[in-house]
Amino acid sequence: MNLRRDVFQAIADPTRRAILILVASQSMTAGTIAANFGTARPTVSKHLQILTECELLSKAQNGREIYYQLNPQKMKEIADFIEPFRQMWDDRFNKLEAIMKAYQSES
Amino acid sequence: MELKTKIHAQDGKQEITITREFDLPLALLFKAYIEPKLVEQWMGNTVIKLENKPHGSYQFEKRDPQGNLLFSANGTIHEFIPNQQITRTFEMENTPFPVQLEFLSFEALGENTSKLTMHVIYKSVAYRDQMLQLPFAQGINMAHNLLQKVLNQFK
Repeated sequence: MNLRRDVFQAIADPTRRAILILVASQSMTAGTIAANFGTARPTVSKHLQILTECELLSKAQNGREIYYQLNPQKMKEIADFIEPFRQMWDDRFNKLEAIMKAYQSES
Repeated sequence: MELKTKIHAQDGKQEITITREFDLPLALLFKAYIEPKLVEQWMGNTVIKLENKPHGSYQFEKRDPQGNLLFSANGTIHEFIPNQQITRTFEMENTPFPVQLEFLSFEALGENTSKLTMHVIYKSVAYRDQMLQLPFAQGINMAHNLLQKVLNQFK
């Protein structure tokens, strides 16, 4: 399987998005990250590998431990700061509007 | 197409304001926030608890098909005035983000149009900026393809 390792593929996966949020303000070891998900350690390792390959996460050696941290530079490639946030809310509110219109015509 | 949702985020402030105008009567917009079945539909989360009253609390979560918890959030409702105001806290569990304070104001613009103003206050400027930089943090529950569609526009 030869997947394209880009940031968009990386964040398409909900577990990987959860990992990015987890390490957003604090670097963590693979073990700590895995402990937060209750999934098999190899599964988390695979996610970390993908996130590292596309540079969303960087690794830092601290003694015998390897810590993963967010790479804000790369995050900027996804997010032109506020626009994606606004777009996220716009999509969410569009959904609300559509659902409530359907609800209105039902009742 | 002009986007209906506007965000006001002043540099160096620990707050943001999100406004949105809806083609919905005020009562229907408000209902989308208080009926668990409806909240689940547009938020994409499971509603564990939603007590719409002062001193009430709420709890949302999202699990993957294997049952692993991907997202969970909770908060306390401080003020609840039907068709007008919800003041509440919001906290994403198992994340580094501290609790935030949200003032949701609902108003009628016309018979079939309404407006929501969300005033959100964060613990610090740094936390606000981090939250804005992770647009999918709150939308972690978003459908896969929906997120992809949004992000594709920024390629």
